[in-house]
Amino acid sequence: MSALIFLIFAFVAIACAINLVVQRHPIVSALSLVGVMCSLAVLYLLLGAEFIAATQVIVYAGAIMVMFLFVIMLLNTGVESKVPGKSLLSKIIGIPVFLVFVGVIAYLIQRHYVNAEAPVIFGNFTGGGPREVGLRLFTQYLLPFETTSILILIAILGAVVLARKELD
Amino acid sequence: MNFLVLTLIKAALIAGVLVTTLAYLVWVERKVLAHIQLRVGPRRTGPHGLLQPLSDLLKLLFKEGVIPKQVNLPVFLAAPFIAVALSLTSIAVIPFGPTVEIFGVQTQMGLADVSISLLIILALGSLSVYGISLAGWASNNKYSLLGGLRASAQMISYELPMAVTLVAPLLLYNTLSLREIAEAQQGFYLGVVPRWGIFQMPFPQIFSFILFLIAAFAETNRIPFDLPEAENELVSGFHTEYSSMLFAAFFTAEYGHIVTSCMIGTLIFLGGWNPLFPGIGGVVAPTVFLWFFAGICIWHAMQPARKLDRYTLPVIAAILFGAGGIFLIPAVQPVLVPLFWFLVKTGFLVFTFIWVRGSLPRFRYDQLMKFAWTFMFPAAVINLLITALLVALTTK
Repeated sequence: MSALIFLIFAFVAIACAINLVVQRHPIVSALSLVGVMCSLAVLYLLLGAEFIAATQVIVYAGAIMVMFLFVIMLLNTGVESKVPGKSLLSKIIGIPVFLVFVGVIAYLIQRHYVNAEAPVIFGNFTGGGPREVGLRLFTQYLLPFETTSILILIAILGAVVLARKELD
Repeated sequence: MNFLVLTLIKAALIAGVLVTTLAYLVWVERKVLAHIQLRVGPRRTGPHGLLQPLSDLLKLLFKEGVIPKQVNLPVFLAAPFIAVALSLTSIAVIPFGPTVEIFGVQTQMGLADVSISLLIILALGSLSVYGISLAGWASNNKYSLLGGLRASAQMISYELPMAVTLVAPLLLYNTLSLREIAEAQQGFYLGVVPRWGIFQMPFPQIFSFILFLIAAFAETNRIPFDLPEAENELVSGFHTEYSSMLFAAFFTAEYGHIVTSCMIGTLIFLGGWNPLFPGIGGVVAPTVFLWFFAGICIWHAMQPARKLDRYTLPVIAAILFGAGGIFLIPAVQPVLVPLFWFLVKTGFLVFTFIWVRGSLPRFRYDQLMKFAWTFMFPAAVINLLITALLVALTTK
């Protein structure tokens, strides 16, 4: 059952991701990204990371993507126009680079995940609840956590400075 | 009994009751608003207009669904489905009462008892903006687009204070499961004051409750925050181009949101299904309450304002009287009494939503945004800090 759900949502995630690149309307692309986020949340849930799954939906699908959508709607962008005559460079090295990329990914998966000592079993991991995540975050990973929050604070200050109206 | 069969029965029951409630909520809203404005409201279809929801439904079903030419068809058709599906799904993780035994089967009153149910509700709530903003965009119409834009900006802004206000009571209960949250509010201080969220020591969450209610008004797009649909400036905003059942879907979604928000407010701040009165008082209160209303009906039937009242009100009184009698049967009390308290509190909050709609005018858009960022959010953060400090000082 878990494997079936995994396959369904993995397929949906990949289909949405491909659709995101292929579609030429920004809104449809943004919606495909929402589809990717939500299917990823289901995959997290399958792996036992409940808190991450919920946060994924709340933060990415519910806030960041709504922001994207808001900006796209505000600019009211239409369908992207296709540039006639692609650049020569993309024609020549496009396919080889893509093949190398696929090869590297396949190699890494083969190397690290296929013959691993402990294969992933659905339902084996139970430390993904809010309590466990919180404990880890405030003990073992305290320094990265605090560093990230300072980074976000700097980003907020930067946004405020950039968006501030000039008073003179 | 088989888990699957049990869940299916519960799901069918809850879905049926929920959809009927949503339909009748429209009737309740129209009646209450009418009485606030010194009118009588719907009363032609059926006694006291009680068949009005049914006739509304039939009208919407048989109306021609007009789809304008300029719309983006797939998104235009998907938007109402997204809205209504997300709004009705959240009921699945809401518990209505403690674990009970019906016909020898132990079951939780509610569909799914999830350890992160509150997060799931927040997630579904944060996704629900898509229904509205996509509808506004797909309609390909200036006013609708403005409505959709307003909806997304407003929902992002009010989600933040809402999440922060909800964190403060969570510090008191130490859990994200709505069932455990309600269980943490059992009992009474000094034998009288219930240990509900709004009274709970060390820091009563009354401010957080008020902030939550305000944010809930904004999240459900209700007056005074109904800017996305503002009839007089945006011609109903995001749903201008929708007709027949597609329009009804948005209506259902909005009422579904109201009911869910009120249930969350009840569970977190008003003690869920825990009674207001200690001991035997909490058990007989439903009967007293229903018989009191039966008495009011009889009293009005004695001096009818309209001719028909002489015949309809005694019937309603008899129904209320009988319902009050059912609450006295000891066998059904463990099921019905918690359910009664839960529904009464939720109903009171829903009534507050309608009451506010009848009393307050709409905000201006800049006022709405300013209110969110310069009042709601700082107030929520201060409340959270005080709660955190007091919780840290009082726990060993």
